[in-house]
Amino acid sequence: MSYDAQSAMKGTGIGQGIALGPVARMSPPPAAPKDESSTLSREQEAARVEAAIQAVAADLTARGQSAGGQAQEVLEAQAMMAQDPSVTEAVDAELAAGKTAEYAVHTAFAEVAEQLAALGGYLGERAADLHDVSARVVAALRGEPAPGVPDPGHPFVLVAQDLAPADTALLDLNHVLALVTIEGGPTSHTAILARSKGITAVVGVEAAAGLADGDEVIVDAAHSTVLLAPSQQQKDEAAARVEARKAAQAAPITEGALADGTPVPLLANLGSPDNAAEAVQLGAEGVGLFRTEFLFLSSETAPSVAEQRESYTTLLQAFPGKKVVVRALDAGADKPLPFLNDAEEENPALGLRGLRALLANEEILRDQLSALAEAQEATEADLWVMAPMVSTVEEAEIFSRFARQHGLKTAGVMVEVPSSALLAEQILQISDFASIGTNDLTQYTMAADRLLGSVSGLQDPWHPAVLRLVREVGAAGAATGKPVGVCGEAAADPLLAVVLVGLGVSTLSMAPAALADVRAELLRHTKEQAEAIAAAALTAPDAAGAREAARTAAASHSPE
Amino acid sequence: MSATRTVTVASSQGLHARPAKLFVEAAQGTGAQVSIAKGDKSVNAASILGVMSLGVEKGDEVLLSAEGDGVEAALDTLEEFLKTDHDEA
Repeated sequence: MSYDAQSAMKGTGIGQGIALGPVARMSPPPAAPKDESSTLSREQEAARVEAAIQAVAADLTARGQSAGGQAQEVLEAQAMMAQDPSVTEAVDAELAAGKTAEYAVHTAFAEVAEQLAALGGYLGERAADLHDVSARVVAALRGEPAPGVPDPGHPFVLVAQDLAPADTALLDLNHVLALVTIEGGPTSHTAILARSKGITAVVGVEAAAGLADGDEVIVDAAHSTVLLAPSQQQKDEAAARVEARKAAQAAPITEGALADGTPVPLLANLGSPDNAAEAVQLGAEGVGLFRTEFLFLSSETAPSVAEQRESYTTLLQAFPGKKVVVRALDAGADKPLPFLNDAEEENPALGLRGLRALLANEEILRDQLSALAEAQEATEADLWVMAPMVSTVEEAEIFSRFARQHGLKTAGVMVEVPSSALLAEQILQISDFASIGTNDLTQYTMAADRLLGSVSGLQDPWHPAVLRLVREVGAAGAATGKPVGVCGEAAADPLLAVVLVGLGVSTLSMAPAALADVRAELLRHTKEQAEAIAAAALTAPDAAGAREAARTAAASHSPE
Repeated sequence: MSATRTVTVASSQGLHARPAKLFVEAAQGTGAQVSIAKGDKSVNAASILGVMSLGVEKGDEVLLSAEGDGVEAALDTLEEFLKTDHDEA
């Protein structure tokens, strides 16, 4: 398979990064060897096995030495397993029966792994290690590259079918220039990892199946493309963008603002108190979305007020004097909780979820609000609470009443449903603020399940229909004097962030890794220019058109 | 020449993970044929998979058996190893 050097492969870009480098493919596990009689002598096959096992053990040990720390322990233990006498005996038994070295290794390791798996627990988990060692030895016998995460000894662009959590755990991110997956969408494990670590990634690139080790590529997440065999000019442009991004990352951390000084506070999206310190370090001026699901997801029953208070207090202590927006439990649809809603629903995304589920289980909501109020009393942070998936004015009113009853000062709503975007002015007459969740707002506006790959093309927050709804909310904020934020993925796309500000959004909240890029982009445009860019995007017929129109409008006043 | 010895394991994680690996290395290093038994199950002490499969916990008694040259010295080394907590630090 060959590619026109100028035709870029398309996928879904994660983040704004760009990278240039050689491809290293993650090899799939070798096909299982067939049960066939060997044409070699038993001694010859035994010698082949020994040489392959030695090579694999040496490779694992060497990789352990370069990795150091805990990874070294794991890899050295794997090297010992490869040479384990119980495995050697099982291999010998197969060879004695006249099998090939490949089949003997595969069968012997599988046998021992099965015994381990039967023991369960820690030992059961080691069965996976043995399967990995087995695949390595079989690949070595065949002269194939070792399966799993490659280690070419220099920085590389990792190309994989998709990445499992186990693969990424062993990935040395210092050597990974970019991630490209053939399968997987914007919600895949790879995408989540890339977003949280700020790694350049393009996912779901079908044509990347044709890439080979050593191919030189440009991975451009901002444009969702992978370019094979780039020209010198393209390489120079990419290198310049890599440098510009590095400069943005290294730029002094200032408070978020436009070129004319209009403040646009930049906040962090957090899913647990553990990431608070990192967010502060990257310049988060507070928290725009704290998801509370982590407290509930692993439990059969709702956590107690005391347990919740402890977690909220830990979080709030990291942000003295700063704004922290906590979202009430948002369960249902993609994150069902048995104690909240165990009904089988045909369309969970349109079912009893978000605030609807909380109002059907008032005690859970009241406990959460009590715990939050106690944490508010115990700390210096400026706590705001908001309700997930509000779709009526009445729901906004009920939530505000509950919050005040529990002594919470600032209560708002998430705008994720078109009905609340359209009635934002009525809602903001009651609620203290609105925060737009662009992922769900896009899903409900476009009637496209955000978890379904086949309609992922419609899940694009650049769509002018979505932007028009954002404009409604922005205008309602201006009319009522109430703040309007965005806490969806859209806020992490620098140019889209400018558009959102142009539409009347006053704060942006995102994964901390995205803060530097957004901060740098905002500084390039004045409020007036942001409004002009937004106006250009609104007139486009579709998402791609809106992106292009915004780019053109931005280029007309900015030297880049 | 052969000898046996009963030892109580001190590592807080027993013989799992890192201590198991270190023990197997120590057993291989003695040059003697050593087996380790817990209850009625006995395995080759040079086999990490065997040692891990015993599921030895802190406070368990294990029986070490050695054959070959210098068995007493080998058992001394391994006894010393098992009496040390390798999960500190």
